[in-house]
Amino acid sequence: MSSQSMLDGAVMRYGRWVVSHPWWTLFLSVLTVMALSYPLVATVAGTAGPKLAMSKDYRVYFGPGNPQLVAFDEVQDRYTKNDNSLIVIEPTASDTAFNRDTLALAEELTDRAWGLIYSLRVDSVTNYQHTEADGDDLRVAPLIENATSLSDAEIAQVREIATTEPLLIGRLTSESGHTVAVNVVHQLPALDDSEVEEVAAEVRALRDEMLAKYPDHNIYLTGSNFMSVSFSEASQQDVASLIPLMYLVIIVITWVLVRSIAGTVATLGVIFTSMMASVGLTAYAGIHFTPPSISAPLIVSTLAVADSIHVLVSMFANMREGQDKRSALIDALRVNFMPIFLTSVTTALGFLSINFADSPPLRDLGNIVAMGVIVAWLLSVSLLPALMVLLPVRVPRQSGGLSQRMERLGKFVVRRKRPVLVVSLVTAGVLCALVPLNQANETFVHYFDTSVKFRTDTDWVAENITGLYTMEFDLEAPTGAGGVTSPEYLQQLDAFKQWWQDDPRVKHVASVSDIIKRLNKNMHGDDSAYYRIPDDPELAAQYLLLYEFSLPFGLDLGNQINIDKSSTRFFVAFEHLDAVETRQLVDDAHAWLATNAPGLETIGVSPAVMFAYIADRNIKSMFIGMPVALIGISFLLILALASWKMGLLSLIPNLVPLGLAFGVWGLIDGKINFTMAIVLGMTVGIVVDDTIHFLSKYLRARRELGQTPEQAVVYSFRTVGTALTTTSLILVAGFAVLAQSAFLPNSGMAQLTSIAIICALIADFFLLPALLLLVDRDRETTSETPMEDTHAYSH
Amino acid sequence: MRTHTKPAWLSTMALVAATTLPLSALAQDPEARGLEIAEEADARNTGWNDSVVDLTMTLRNKNGDESVREMRSRALEVEDDGDKSMIIFDQPRDVRGTALLTYSHKAGDDDQWLYLPALKRVKRIASSNKSGPFMGSEFAYEDLSSQEVEKYTYKFLREEELDGEKVFVMERFPTDESSGYTKQTVWLDQAEYRVRKIEFYDRKNSHLKTLTMHDYGEYLDQYWRPARMEMVNHQTGKSTTLGFENYAFQEGLDDRDFDQSALKRAR
Repeated sequence: MSSQSMLDGAVMRYGRWVVSHPWWTLFLSVLTVMALSYPLVATVAGTAGPKLAMSKDYRVYFGPGNPQLVAFDEVQDRYTKNDNSLIVIEPTASDTAFNRDTLALAEELTDRAWGLIYSLRVDSVTNYQHTEADGDDLRVAPLIENATSLSDAEIAQVREIATTEPLLIGRLTSESGHTVAVNVVHQLPALDDSEVEEVAAEVRALRDEMLAKYPDHNIYLTGSNFMSVSFSEASQQDVASLIPLMYLVIIVITWVLVRSIAGTVATLGVIFTSMMASVGLTAYAGIHFTPPSISAPLIVSTLAVADSIHVLVSMFANMREGQDKRSALIDALRVNFMPIFLTSVTTALGFLSINFADSPPLRDLGNIVAMGVIVAWLLSVSLLPALMVLLPVRVPRQSGGLSQRMERLGKFVVRRKRPVLVVSLVTAGVLCALVPLNQANETFVHYFDTSVKFRTDTDWVAENITGLYTMEFDLEAPTGAGGVTSPEYLQQLDAFKQWWQDDPRVKHVASVSDIIKRLNKNMHGDDSAYYRIPDDPELAAQYLLLYEFSLPFGLDLGNQINIDKSSTRFFVAFEHLDAVETRQLVDDAHAWLATNAPGLETIGVSPAVMFAYIADRNIKSMFIGMPVALIGISFLLILALASWKMGLLSLIPNLVPLGLAFGVWGLIDGKINFTMAIVLGMTVGIVVDDTIHFLSKYLRARRELGQTPEQAVVYSFRTVGTALTTTSLILVAGFAVLAQSAFLPNSGMAQLTSIAIICALIADFFLLPALLLLVDRDRETTSETPMEDTHAYSH
Repeated sequence: MRTHTKPAWLSTMALVAATTLPLSALAQDPEARGLEIAEEADARNTGWNDSVVDLTMTLRNKNGDESVREMRSRALEVEDDGDKSMIIFDQPRDVRGTALLTYSHKAGDDDQWLYLPALKRVKRIASSNKSGPFMGSEFAYEDLSSQEVEKYTYKFLREEELDGEKVFVMERFPTDESSGYTKQTVWLDQAEYRVRKIEFYDRKNSHLKTLTMHDYGEYLDQYWRPARMEMVNHQTGKSTTLGFENYAFQEGLDDRDFDQSALKRAR
């Protein structure tokens, strides 16, 4: 194979140049990294140029064409936006919120909330526009005014209204009256990423001020704005806690594995510069960091270690053989140049396949890692050898144990190839059969662990008053403009509402039919017999007009009725719902409408609905993305290994670990969140590395050393067994660190990836050699054996 | 000795300032000047007695959906108090014949009654806060009601040019606590004291809406009325166009055309 030796020759020449010009190499690689990571400087020092940015809108998880997002935005544009801050007040000194002190707090908070930045509307138990008959007229007034001067009797009366009024219960008051809420709707201009942070900061400051003035209260903050800021706050928390931990783990493991200070320092140099460069490239690419993509630099660091370890392990082996440092390095570069290039390219391909995923932050993650691993490869063959030349290197004593055990393992596999094959295949078959135990399911509030305040606040609010899980229906009246006051339409709304209320998970239903019923009662001297929908559509329309003329600034019906009164917004709030329940409810509601209100048929929309479909959409899209990556990777392998048979055979140990990992996950958890879908793409790129290393050594032994398949398997175990075990250990450790993320989708993704990497190692140690021995029956001749190189492999 | 003489440049500056600044600006504080302009504008709009006009209101939301309301308005000038007005709704159809009677007051809440033809009854609107949107539009009731001088305090800001015309720019602050605004910035042309533009600031003091007046016409040789008003809400992206047609003045209307029985007959 002349091309192979030509390439070898070029790599040799390159290696010699690097080793004889270490300062130049160091200078050039550091210069490159500095240029690539310039945005870090620009961000910190505030100089011109691309800067790092953090995205703070939960909507970033959905691509621009996401059907649930499009439907949601349409509804928002038809009525008003629903980006909200829900402020929930709990008195600690009283078991009811209906006392002067708490109501005064609610009233002041409500009043002040109008002054919050970007606030559009403030709804609260105090400014709720209560309607009642006033002689022959309609009186519309805030439920609570001047709370401090209310008499006990007035408070009791207000409490009675607030805990029975369907427009309030489960939204702004709890049924038991022990807690009340203020809901602030903000209209973010969406010009700047920091808007939602400004909102959160102002709301928190207001909370603190209110708590100082009214002690003996708890105030909980939730709503979509706090969800948005929690995403970026969880990322920042991750950066602060995970990066140091990651480096600590990497240093310890690298030291344990290579037993060389110089080796550890050089490896650290490579992973640090790779991380910086990938962060810089992110900014150059105009990508804003999100909790999933903030893990990309960490993944790059982990992957970068593997490249360095391969070079170092070969180099130290050569030195132990008696070679001097420089020639040991040159040879280590020659032997590893192609394999680590290939593994970097396949890893990048795997990560690039995430571009098929639906969520932009996941695509960002894939692209950042893909860029990062290529940089890491470049640095492993430039910065790393340069540092190794310059640093004083003592040959570490062979920690022979592992290497010898590897050889023994190889011999065992060869000796017991049949049982090994059978056991491997059966185990793989069983675990793969467990894959269907997995289900796309998640609870988006529980994306955050309990160290994030948003999570605990939202949990409390859901248990005590209302949930962040909502569903909205834009119900269009079949009769068009003005149709919302037709009795048929209103009856259908009312029936829809009744249907929802039969579900114990429902906390609150807001329907315009309730307003009309209430007005009808008020217009009949508050006679509860008239708490029903009027038969005359014009009467209902005129009641509504009268009501609208009576409403104050900001509290109009524009958030519930569209401008030509042809449709209304129907709103349901739930306790926590997981994605499976949410999708079921969307389907059930659609089916109910189709059967009982055919003209009103529509699909429920909300952030909860968007999140309910995102995992599923990502998985489905990755089922397209992963085969594309696999085809690309296999094609590369066929080329690189110069063998159709080996290239195709490699598919088995590349694919099986995914099946194994998802099978294991099905056993231990079974819930697939939206980030885990991409494990398919990213792991395929990572686990293929093991196969490449194993097969390239195997083929060298077969082609260059003229060994039998059995000998070649043992040779592979001896030469790369240690490196594969150690790099897998490092990867597992790295992802185990990521599994500590406060953002649970990251943590789940990292756990699943760790499992996949372990499965891949096992598959490469048992299934792959057993398959090789079955398929590769000494037909490949060993005609071409460039003898001059052989000494390099036979240590 | 030199220290006791005023520097020459200082007296020159004083002279320049005195000749270039308008005398009134020197003589008045901004509040007084603002009030003076408001009073002048009010004075120029006195004596029309009564008027009628047809209105077309076009509502637009962020999606670009449109909805049209049609109504007729009558107004009666009242000496020493706010004007009386009656608005009769023609479109949308389900509120046809509904009519709103308003007695606006220089001080205190306006009185309002609504006639509901489906109920054949007049209902008093007993709410004290009437700053909500008018018919779901971007106009609040307070934007359309009789603009009495007493409803605001004023602060003159500057003179400038707007679309090639010299204008006064002033701020005015609602005296009514239930107003939805903290502040309005008003542009009036200096030639006829016609309002050209108003910017509305909400309770958090951020720019909420902008109203612009278009195609002023002169009636009875002295009263200027716009043919079109455009209100844009900058926070929600919604907007409303209010068109005026068939202005007529001094039609002989009197108090009897503006009482509750007239409201029932309004149709």
